[in-house]
Amino acid sequence: MLKVSNHSVAYGQSTIIRGLNLDVNDNEIVAVVGRNGMGKTTLMKSLIGMTPSRAGSVSLNHTDLSAMKSFQRVRAGLGFVPQGRMIFPALTVRENIETGLAAVGEKKVPRDLYELFPVLEEMQHRRGGNLSGGQQQQLAIARALATRPKVLLLDEPTEGIQPSIIQEMARTLKRIRDERGLSIVVSEQVLSFVMEIADRILVIEKGDIVHQEDKEDADQNKIASYLAV
Amino acid sequence: MFADYSSTELMSIFAMQGFAGLSLFSVFVLMAMGLAIIFGQMGVINMAHGEFMILGAYTTYLTSQFFQNLMPELFAASFFFAMVLAFLVSGALGAFVEWAMVRHLYRRPLDTLLATWGLSLILQQAYRSIFGAREVGVDLPDWMMGAFNVTDFVQLPINGLFVMVIALSIALAVYLLMYRSGWGKKVRAVVQNRPMAEAVGINTAGVDRATFALGCGIAGVAGSAFTMIGSTGPSSGQAYIVDTFLVVVFGGAQSLVGTIISAFGISQAQSTMEFFLSGSMAKVLTLLVVVGILMLRPEGLMALKVRR
Repeated sequence: MLKVSNHSVAYGQSTIIRGLNLDVNDNEIVAVVGRNGMGKTTLMKSLIGMTPSRAGSVSLNHTDLSAMKSFQRVRAGLGFVPQGRMIFPALTVRENIETGLAAVGEKKVPRDLYELFPVLEEMQHRRGGNLSGGQQQQLAIARALATRPKVLLLDEPTEGIQPSIIQEMARTLKRIRDERGLSIVVSEQVLSFVMEIADRILVIEKGDIVHQEDKEDADQNKIASYLAV
Repeated sequence: MFADYSSTELMSIFAMQGFAGLSLFSVFVLMAMGLAIIFGQMGVINMAHGEFMILGAYTTYLTSQFFQNLMPELFAASFFFAMVLAFLVSGALGAFVEWAMVRHLYRRPLDTLLATWGLSLILQQAYRSIFGAREVGVDLPDWMMGAFNVTDFVQLPINGLFVMVIALSIALAVYLLMYRSGWGKKVRAVVQNRPMAEAVGINTAGVDRATFALGCGIAGVAGSAFTMIGSTGPSSGQAYIVDTFLVVVFGGAQSLVGTIISAFGISQAQSTMEFFLSGSMAKVLTLLVVVGILMLRPEGLMALKVRR
């Protein structure tokens, strides 16, 4: 579905991602794990087009996204939940979700989004900036889902969220995958969350994927050793 | 300074200066709204805003000349055509300037200051070459002349009332556009986080161009209104740009209501004080008060309360 080949990203002279290859299958949840500074966020930002890539190609269902701007990539079927959530603080909860609807030309927030996140319906007239961290994370996911993505990119969704909600979020993301038949790429540091959610686990180090295994035969200790400082 | 006047005279002076202030208020509101949209929403300091206003004023002048000479029977309605044309002409130039210049400078706010200042000089010289250095006045149709005599001392000019109605209607229209329409939602999302707005599928480049054009178009309408309270010359816009920035900063850059309140306060203070003091003393006092209030409320009168 999503095919990334020979992908390279650099800030000035320092190359962050070098010649990375990644294939995401239909209906698959892929977790990218790695320590800080190894290129997870840069990978995510460059896939959505926030950070320009230097070489390589990104394609979705055989549509080449490489030359597209962010908003065109979103319309082509990528959804993005950034690190730190980045909801629009002065817009109300409902307006936040509606910004995502523009990409697909809809006007009303679909019912199923509120069913997925009932708390957002309760708070639809509050300003996004006044929500708690966990609620903002749900809002960011709902906003991304409003664009009806085929592949959902999440950058460290568990950052700053209490452990009990992390487990719930893993269940919600799997439910989203099952109900909507989309693929999910998630970058993460919390191993328990990764083991709960992922079909396949990739370890990123110095801008390239150095190790990958399916969840069934994943060796937690080995992955943990990659995450250890 | 009040000792030379009787109390009825004083009341009339306040009423009439207050009303003269309202005409100034109308121009301020229109100018400041355009500037607040561009500055508050895009972070671009448009030093050429006064020249966009003057473009609207010249458009009004040409339109009224056209009707006077070629279609005198429709002259009474010429002002409405002029306003629409002023909006379109200034808006179109705004869209062109955004495309040719401003969009390359979004990440360099200080450079936009210089570039738009340069643009303002270019435009001023262009007006001087095309229309001449002499100021031109727009003839008003008969129905806009004259005044209501409220009391023996107090007269309210009709054109002043008319300009005020226009200013307030446009303020209302802008409010509806920014806070009730889908387009306004996109604009506000882009303002709050440009890269993220793009990453939820909003064409930020298109929104920027439309926003800039809208701000400039409103400046053009301000120019139309301006022709009623002053005569139009190549550098008339310069006199207004500083006051308008004052209005925007004082009101709080992202708040329409704040902009309107601050335009009202500043124009009233200026107009009333100018009668009793000299013009520059009035300005000094206004500035002192504004600086004082901004020290207490650095984000302006009406800052939005939200976690950031």
